[in-house]
Amino acid sequence: MTNSIKDRTAIVGIGQTPFAKNLDGSEKRLACEAIVAALDDAGIDASEVDALASYTMEVTEEVEIAKNIGAGDVTYFSQIGYGGGAGCATIGHLAMAVATGQAEVGVAWRSRKRGSGGRPWANTVAQLPTPAQWTRPWGLLRPSDEIALLTRRYMHEYGATRDHLANVALACRAHANRNPGAMMFERTLTRDQYMSARWISEPLCLFDNCLETDGALACVIVSAERARDCRQPPVYIHSFGQGLPSQHHTMVNYWSDDPLGAPARACARRLWAGADFGPAEVKVAQIYDAFTSLIPLSLEGYGFCERGEGGPFTDDGAIELGGRLPVNTSGGGLSEAYVHGFNLINEGVRQMRGTSTAQVEGADTCLVTAGEGVPTSAMLLRK
Amino acid sequence: MSDGILLPVVDEDGAPFWEGTRLGELRMQRCSECARFRFPPRPMCPWCRSTASEWPALSGRGIVWSFAVSHPPLLPAYAELAPYNTVVVALDEDPSLRLVGNLIAAAGAPINSVDPATIEIGEPIQVVFDRVSDDIVLPRWTRP
Repeated sequence: MTNSIKDRTAIVGIGQTPFAKNLDGSEKRLACEAIVAALDDAGIDASEVDALASYTMEVTEEVEIAKNIGAGDVTYFSQIGYGGGAGCATIGHLAMAVATGQAEVGVAWRSRKRGSGGRPWANTVAQLPTPAQWTRPWGLLRPSDEIALLTRRYMHEYGATRDHLANVALACRAHANRNPGAMMFERTLTRDQYMSARWISEPLCLFDNCLETDGALACVIVSAERARDCRQPPVYIHSFGQGLPSQHHTMVNYWSDDPLGAPARACARRLWAGADFGPAEVKVAQIYDAFTSLIPLSLEGYGFCERGEGGPFTDDGAIELGGRLPVNTSGGGLSEAYVHGFNLINEGVRQMRGTSTAQVEGADTCLVTAGEGVPTSAMLLRK
Repeated sequence: MSDGILLPVVDEDGAPFWEGTRLGELRMQRCSECARFRFPPRPMCPWCRSTASEWPALSGRGIVWSFAVSHPPLLPAYAELAPYNTVVVALDEDPSLRLVGNLIAAAGAPINSVDPATIEIGEPIQVVFDRVSDDIVLPRWTRP
């Protein structure tokens, strides 16, 4: 595979704003602050940036970023769709651009005022056109409702329980309680609190749902050669995949032949095909967690266990620090911040640098995934 | 039904479905060439690439494939009725055809008229039709 992107690029800078329910400043300003912080971390001047990638849901366009940070001539720019499914693809597209010589310094970012800026599902004008005509009129209004239907079916088919979902919520919270930057740093969570929490969309309770956060994050990607001269130790992008499975229906996959066949499965085939190691060699994972039930689905989809075994996989502290596969070591979307999963990317980088607040001893490989239940993306990082 | 519920924005692909519900029929799109049903409706059959399709009326019988129970925060018209159920119905003619709907006590009853604790995956249900505006009739579901 001489054309492979394997280890040919690296993340050399990460940056972020604080995370809060309500931050001052526009999404544009927060984006610029996170990007400049990431460039400072890398020791690269903004004038060298020549590639940009973000989400189609990002409100700040490339031209705005470029003229605010004082980028040079930008020769590659890319936006990826499907909400949180875009996360790792922003990095992957830049890795491909840099590896193929289309650009030299790439910046990926996500800035979002989801905490103070309103709930997308409440915008009924944007909600109603196809395919929402097949869901919204009956009161299936929110992402939480859509995933609740899949979660109920998953529990029915495989015997997963609320205790399994609680394992996910409690693992993320325990990790957030070690991370001073996490929104839930000072808020502990017990199994009793989880079990008695109010419902949002049964079988999902409050603690099965991610946070609502204002914040922004960014990463800097350069070639492996250039990375050796940067301020921080390089974190190599070992493999990258995207997945839009056959006959997939984003978020409302009840209409496909295999509704519980997660997009992770399609993405994982490409991801592992490009890698020198497999799931058993992954030391730590940052798995997209807009909802707790996405974690067992992703554990199955990325091959850490068989189909239907994702619930029991989470038992006995397996996904907590010290367990078989620590997951979401900064607290994830459930307890650090929900910025469409970009905080999972920065935490993956910190694990490879050895600087996480829940550092996994000897971690030299990390899986990072993007939104599950939508066309998605994932990557493997290594030291 | 309360004011303020979301109405479908009918497009070219879905119009025959909504024409059917206005007439009290549950019509689904079927390929004229290979005879496979598909949902949501779309111009091309993904199995044989034909663009010819027909819209036969089905029996309106199915089973509960999954269900959720929504609690606030919700849009005001729905919050008034919360907690209410949404169901995914697998249709008898082709169980891979699954529609989102609500299980209600009887035609015309509100979407919170069935105790969610009694709903079971696999239970048989039957379509009923609920006119929610001058132009739009929603299919909902009752126990037979």
